Order: sequence, then C-alpha cells, then structure tokens
Amino acid sequence: MKLKLSVPAAAALAFAATAATPALAQQIVKIDGSSTVYPVTEAVAEEFQKAKKNVMKVTVGISGTGGGFKKFCRAETDISDASRPILKKEMEDCRKAGVEYIELPVAFDALTVVINPQNDFVKQLTVAELKKMWEPAAQGKVKSWKEVNPSFPDVALKLFGPGSDSGTFDYFTEAVNGKSKSSRGDYTASEDDNVLVQGVSRDKGAIGYFGFAYYVENQKKLKAVPIVAKDGAPAVAPSMEAVLKGTYQPLARPIFIYVNKKSLAKAEVKEFVDFYLTHGAKLAREVKYVPLPDSAYKVNKEHVAKGKVGTVFGGEAEVGVTIEELLKREAKS
Amino acid sequence: MGATTTGTDLHAGKLRALRALIASHKRWDLFFASVGVLALMFGILAFVALFFDMAVDGVPRITPDFFASFPSRRAENAGILSAWVGSTLVMLVTALAAVPLGVGAGVYLEEYAPRNWMTDVIEINVTNLAGVPSIVYGLLALGLFVYQFGLGQSILTAGLTLALLILPVVIVATREAIRAIPVAIREGAYALGASKWQTTHDHIIPYSMAGILTGVIIGLARAIGETAPIITIGALTFIAFLPPPPVQATAPFVNFEWLTSPFTVMPIQMFNWTSRPEEAFQANAAAAGLVLVVMTLVMNALAIYIRYRLRRNIKW
Repeated sequence: MKLKLSVPAAAALAFAATAATPALAQQIVKIDGSSTVYPVTEAVAEEFQKAKKNVMKVTVGISGTGGGFKKFCRAETDISDASRPILKKEMEDCRKAGVEYIELPVAFDALTVVINPQNDFVKQLTVAELKKMWEPAAQGKVKSWKEVNPSFPDVALKLFGPGSDSGTFDYFTEAVNGKSKSSRGDYTASEDDNVLVQGVSRDKGAIGYFGFAYYVENQKKLKAVPIVAKDGAPAVAPSMEAVLKGTYQPLARPIFIYVNKKSLAKAEVKEFVDFYLTHGAKLAREVKYVPLPDSAYKVNKEHVAKGKVGTVFGGEAEVGVTIEELLKREAKS
Repeated sequence: MGATTTGTDLHAGKLRALRALIASHKRWDLFFASVGVLALMFGILAFVALFFDMAVDGVPRITPDFFASFPSRRAENAGILSAWVGSTLVMLVTALAAVPLGVGAGVYLEEYAPRNWMTDVIEINVTNLAGVPSIVYGLLALGLFVYQFGLGQSILTAGLTLALLILPVVIVATREAIRAIPVAIREGAYALGASKWQTTHDHIIPYSMAGILTGVIIGLARAIGETAPIITIGALTFIAFLPPPPVQATAPFVNFEWLTSPFTVMPIQMFNWTSRPEEAFQANAAAAGLVLVVMTLVMNALAIYIRYRLRRNIKW
C-alpha cells in the first residue's frame, strides 16, 4: 500500500523538479570563499536579511579563498570572500569565463603569531626568526627553540598552522618566507583554527599563527607574540590600533570581497554591496576585525558606482600595503 | 571393609575431581560472562558518557527559541530553525527516492532475477556499496548531480545523494525481509493460480513490510547524521532563511521550488558552530548534537515499534 503511493509521488516529484528548475524566482545573493572573511560577511548577511525582512536572501559558504575563486570564476557565485588578492591564475580563469569583477577591501586583519602562555622565554620574535622556523630549509632540521635563537632554551619546537588551501597560509609564507606557499611541510596543519588553538594551548614549546579574532576569543589559552619587522625596529604586538596606524608589519593584511560585475545588475546584489559598505565598519569591529577608515568605504562606493573592474595587485602576492596606498592604486584587469 | 573403604575413597575421589571440573567450567562461564558484560559496557558507557557530556553543555540552550531561531553570529540568539527544516526536507526527498528504488531492486533480486553470474556480480556489488565511505558518494554527487545535471547545491541534490548512500541498506533489508517469508506462502499462491506479480504484490510485499520499513528507517537514521557527502556538494553555508513552503494558498497549491533552494542540515550547523572561536558556540553545538542524537534515537525507536506492530498482525 505504502509502495503504491510512493511510486507516483516520486514520479511527480521528479517531473516537478525539472519543471521548477528554471523558475528561480527567489532573490538570493550567493557568496563563498575565505573562512577568514566569513565572520564579517556573515554578520553583514545576518543584518541585511533582517533589514530586508527576509525577502532578499544571502548564503555564505566557506571553501577557502582559492576554492571560492574557483566557483566565482565559473560564475557560480555573485561575491567571493578573499583573505588575499586574486592571483594571476585566477584572473586568467575569470577572464576566460568572461567574469568581470570589482575588488573591494572591506577590513584589515592582524595575522597573529601565538605561543603557549607557559612559554616565558619568548618576549618577541623577529621576522628573521620566524623565517628560521618556517622556511622550507628548516624541514626536519630546526626542531628546538635553541636553534631559532641561541638565547632560547633547548625546548622542542612544535609548529601549528593553516593548510595550504588557506589564504592565511599564502599571506604568512609570503610575508615571512618571501614566497607565497613556500613553507616547511612538517607541521600540524588544519583548516580548522580551533584545532590550532587546542594544539598551541597544550604544548609549552608550541607556536602557531592565525587570524586576530581567534586569538582575541582565546586570550586565556594563548599568548600573542610581538613582532619585530626588521632589525632595530620596535616590537609591535597585534592590536586594532597598531593595524590602523600601520605599525603592525608585515603581518597586517587587507581582506576583500570580489563582486561579479554582471551580478551587480541584480537588485539584491547591488543592495547587499551597498549595505556591506555602509555597515561593514561597525560589524567588522564587532567581530574583532579592524575596520578601514570611513574614506576607504567612500572610495569603495565610488568604485562600485563607476563599475571599476580589475585588481590593484596585478595578480602578485604583496605584503605591507597600507590602507591609503591600497585605495589610491589604479586597477589592472 | 578395607575394600569398601577403598571403593568409597575412589568414589569420593572421582566425585571431587568431577566437582573440581564443574567448578572450573563454571569459573570459565563466569569469566566469559564478565568479559562479555565488560565489552558491552565499554560501548554503552562510552555512548552514555558522550551523551551526558553533551547534555550538560547543551541542555541549558534547548529552549523553544532555539528551534525557532535562525543561525546568528551571536551565540545566544542562534538557533537551528533552518537546520532542522533542512534536515526534514532532505530526509523527505531521500525517502521518496530510496524507498521505491531500493524496494524495487530488492524484490527483483529476490523474486525475479535469474540465477546466473550477472546476478551474482550485482549482488556482490550491492553488498560492497554498503561499505563505500560516504565521502565517495559526495564526490559522485558533486560530479553527477551538481555539475552534470545542473541541480546545484539544492535540497534535491542532497536528498538524492543520501538516497544513493542508503540504497544498499534498503536493498539488503528488503531481501532479508523477503527471505524470511516461508516458501509455502509462495507455493500456496501459485497453487491457486496466482501470477508472479500477484504473489509479490498480494503476499510478499505486505508480509515483508515490517522488515522493509525497519531497514528504511535505520537507513534514514544513518543519513540524517551524515556530514561528509553534504559538505562535498558544497553546503557548508550560513543560511538564515527557509526554503519556499511546499504548499501554498493559491492554485496549484503545491510548490516544488523548495527542491532547488539552498539549505543547511543539522550536522553541518553543528560543524559550523564547533569551528567558531567563541566558547558560547560550543554549547550551541552540544545542544544541536543532543537534538540530532534524540532525532536518531526516536527514528530507531519508531523502527522497532513499527516492526512490532506489523509482525503482530502476521500469522503463519
């Protein structure tokens, strides 16, 4: 009896599904990409949907910066979250698919190097010391803190960091090792920052890196290391103020959203981007990111109004770009 | 006298040996029983400990609001509305797809299929499919449903993916249920001139219904907790809205737009919360886990109840 009912039901279902597919009447903004940008975009999406009484809907996925661009350049998403600028290979993919994009920096993040709170011998680290730990040549060789700096004790060095699909990994390796994606491979890698937090909080000799927000939420379990950009420079601890002043170098990085220009023709995408640029500063601060100055959001809005496509980075990874510099540059596509 | 004494001694000696033997066997009995109980307790206690750990963290979060709120960046406002609605709709699609296909395949293999090497190959493959890791189904679904058929990251895609996943379970359950029916029932039907289809339709399927339903529900209970294949098709997403309702006030009253809607499900919402930096979200994840475990237990209980009810009506 049950079987007799369900067969025609399933047939009807299959038929209806094919019939319904083209008629996508829902107004949905599709966003995917970096897990670092996710908290900001999620906050904006939540408020946006409340403001629009759920008539306009937003989905925010997490596939990593690289994964997000893959979907974006196939025109599967309207907006891509990115914790680094678009790369040459991705620009090429977008161009082939005829996807034009507007690059909008939305906030700054302070990539934070953390150690175990019981670690009492590290007061600061220079970029050169970080390089000694993380460069590919260190693989299998640098195993003790003593080998990083002779004044440190002989404590086993345990490294924790994000996996190679992550924009955070790309940025850190560029800033510290001088080449994006070039890192030693024998460290505990996880895309889940909580795993890194747990790892560092359980081992006295551990060190790791991730976005500032994760450090802020886990201050009891971790200690942030002040960074010395180059010899003679002062050690600067990560903080919102240091990022705004431009003194937390080279690990302060801009985070972006990339908007498909064609999607901007849709009312829901246009309104969402407007909403993002209007309320982004406040919401970014709330989720522990560093907002850009007001002028920056104004310039962004002009870019959207004019439809200024392309990237200001030319597909190269870059470190140490200040906020003002970022906005003055002319886009290349 | 002496001889009798020796005889008694001998007798007593044998008796003692026998008693010792019995005692040693009983000791072994006791030993194995304790090992068995320990083995059982290990599994049960692990589950109970896990359940209570989750309950301690999660119970304070389980309020009516938790079920009626969308996910949010503020842990105390966040809820599982879009997740449980999503899970329910996905399960609906899964059941509607897996039941006819699985039962059909099971009935064919058991009643119609000729005994040859082709059938053997199919049987071996069906059994093997049950052991394929779920992520492989996710990859298949990504290639086939999402890209080839262009169904996107929709409820329909997720439902069909999970249907594939539980299909072997449904097929095997159907076959087991059919095999439990005495051959005499079939022979009786044939003797009265019933055709194969009449026999299957009027006897085999009704009698095996209890077993089939149990299999289906156990399959669905497995599917509802699956995360890997759903993440593979790209549903790791913040969703703070519901799919369009399946029924509407105006003609044609039913609406199938929900099938193409983006969605989230319970295990994914849990996964999203566990990867948050804020401590408070861990409580939300525990609460969602608790709801999910209770959903699974209820489904399994339902399976047992249905089997009990239907078996009671069958007498042969």
